[in-house]
Amino acid sequence: MSILIIAEEHPSSFSAITPALVSAGCQLDKDIHVLVVGEHHAALAQQAAAISGVTRVLEAPQAIYARGAAENNAALIADLASQYSHILASTTTRGKNILPRAAGLLNCAPISDVIAIESIDTFIRPIYAGNARATVQCLSPIKFMTVRASSFVKAPEGTDVAPIIPVTAAFDLKLSEWINCESVPSERPELGSARVVISGGRGLGSAENFQLLSGIANLLHAALGASRAAVDAGFVPNDYQVGQTGKIVAPDLYIAVGISGAIQHLAGMKDSKVIVAINKDPDAPIFQVADYGWVGDLFEILPQLESELKKIL
Amino acid sequence: MRILVTVKRVIDPYARIRVRADHTGVETAHVKMAINPFDEIALEEAVRLKEKGDAKEVIVLSVGSCASQETLRGALALGADRATLIETDEDLQPLSVAKLIQAFLLIESCDVVLMGKQSIDGDHNQTGQLLAALLKWPQATFASKITPQGEYLEVVREVDEGLETLCVKRPAVITVDLRLNEPRYPTLPNIMKAKQKSLAVLKASEMNVDLQPQIKILRVDAPPVRKAGEKVNSAAELVQKLRNEAKVI
Ligand SMILES: Cc1cc2nc3c(=O)[nH]c(=O)nc-3n(C[C@H](O)[C@H](O)[C@H](O)COP(=O)(O)OP(=O)(O)OC[C@H]3O[C@@H](n4cnc5c(N)ncnc54)[C@H](O)[C@@H]3O)c2cc1C
Ligand SMILES: Nc1ncnc2c1ncn2[C@@H]1O[C@H](COP(=O)(O)O)[C@@H](O)[C@H]1O
Repeated sequence: MSILIIAEEHPSSFSAITPALVSAGCQLDKDIHVLVVGEHHAALAQQAAAISGVTRVLEAPQAIYARGAAENNAALIADLASQYSHILASTTTRGKNILPRAAGLLNCAPISDVIAIESIDTFIRPIYAGNARATVQCLSPIKFMTVRASSFVKAPEGTDVAPIIPVTAAFDLKLSEWINCESVPSERPELGSARVVISGGRGLGSAENFQLLSGIANLLHAALGASRAAVDAGFVPNDYQVGQTGKIVAPDLYIAVGISGAIQHLAGMKDSKVIVAINKDPDAPIFQVADYGWVGDLFEILPQLESELKKIL
Repeated sequence: MRILVTVKRVIDPYARIRVRADHTGVETAHVKMAINPFDEIALEEAVRLKEKGDAKEVIVLSVGSCASQETLRGALALGADRATLIETDEDLQPLSVAKLIQAFLLIESCDVVLMGKQSIDGDHNQTGQLLAALLKWPQATFASKITPQGEYLEVVREVDEGLETLCVKRPAVITVDLRLNEPRYPTLPNIMKAKQKSLAVLKASEMNVDLQPQIKILRVDAPPVRKAGEKVNSAAELVQKLRNEAKVI
């Protein structure tokens, strides 16, 4: 049987995530189909067709599937599902919204946040905010799963181009209406896929002080992240939050500034390759996972770090 | 509007999690339990909607062991009108829980189900979406603001790109995120009053629902531990190590 991958809909998350889902899919079967929908369907279909391992692209151009519409997308996926053994989406808010609904329509039990594939029906996923890992076997006839992209290498661009097939089925359930999406545009790389992430916590003290991270972020081409406390306090928008209930990141370098290191925060970043922690409290739990810890006042440390980086970058 | 709020009893978010030596799960004996934090937020929202006159009644439902009665009493003290426990000693998976909630809605019709976006033990983030699928109702997940507008609910959702606004027609399933509200603390008079409120108990096995698990937990392991590294004392030292030792800049 074949594998269906539900592609991300935004071009930047598509390129950061979908190739990793393809490589996860390749661990299950050789016949990999990718479903693309949304405003950018044409460009994304081209990109999907070029990913190594992809054998077919399903392109649904209808506007009813755009902007993550959960009800319509789930109905479409459930309609396509009978041809597939596995259906994979990512652990983005989009994937988490749509995939379980599609599974529910077919009385299948979905599996969330897969970080490793043991066999065609056995998967590993974190539970308890990453404090434990469950190995689970799925007995559902079709395996619906969301996959943590940062746990899989990205499939490269291939030499062959897969055929692109239009999807004509139109499920317009009219159950909900999209009004708008407010996002703060940013020049920075995306949090989920950046090679370097620098995050601030309550210790930063204010939205203005978050600017202290910008200079360093610019020098390192880093994405900015935050703890829940910093988001709750209004220092930065909600989409900066890293952790159990925010974004899960695994960059090459993660710099935590004024963050204590609660387990819910660690759940979102402890798979980073190298972790740096800056905190004035030598007993802060963040130091237990940091490769390099610097105990001191962030307001003194950040300017020093910035000028030192300027010397070499 | 009649609101159903689902609440799950979970290990307290600040308790230490230890994996059992036999790898069948995590240690629950003598561990502090709590209402799932997201469900507490869902409940607070429902109670506020009732206080504003938007909702007529708030019913709370839990699926779990007899001990979940304590969680439901807590929910009654926070302002729910009535509670039901669907009792089971099995650790049911989201699909089975969703089917039980669906069956409950045949007994008690409600036009909004408010749920947490995620239970902090299994971290599934599925039950609301599954329930919405079974009921064929609209869903608005990860809500950080809910505004009733006649037959509709306007919901602001926390998504990866920022804040999205949806309008869903009732009946609907809404799952809530952390920033929706700050839950209140129960007062002593309300804790006393909660003792008089109705708490019904149904047996999961008698709900006429297929509870056959489709997922088998083969084993549970502790995650790989990350070792604490070294301390640095100057910018020059840190930058040098990041460049020459870790090779990440
Ligand atoms: C259900 C649930 C889900 C959650 N999900 C998340 C999540 O996804 N992500 C998340 O981050 N949290 C989450 N939390 C919250 C989490 O438990 C912590 O409360 C939060 O991470 C704390 O943020 P913080 O480290 O910024 O703040 P604090 O814990 O207050 O730490 C601030 C740190 O800054 C240091 N500091 C202060 N001033 C200075 C200075 N001048 N120089 C240097 N250091 C300084 C202090 O020593 C302290 O260590 C969740 C909680 C619950 C219950
Ligand atoms: N056993 C249960 N009893 C009551 N509500 C539950 C139960 N399991 C899940 N839920 C609800 O579903 C939400 C999402 O849970 P989950 O899909 O397990 O992450 C929770 O926040 C609860 O509101």
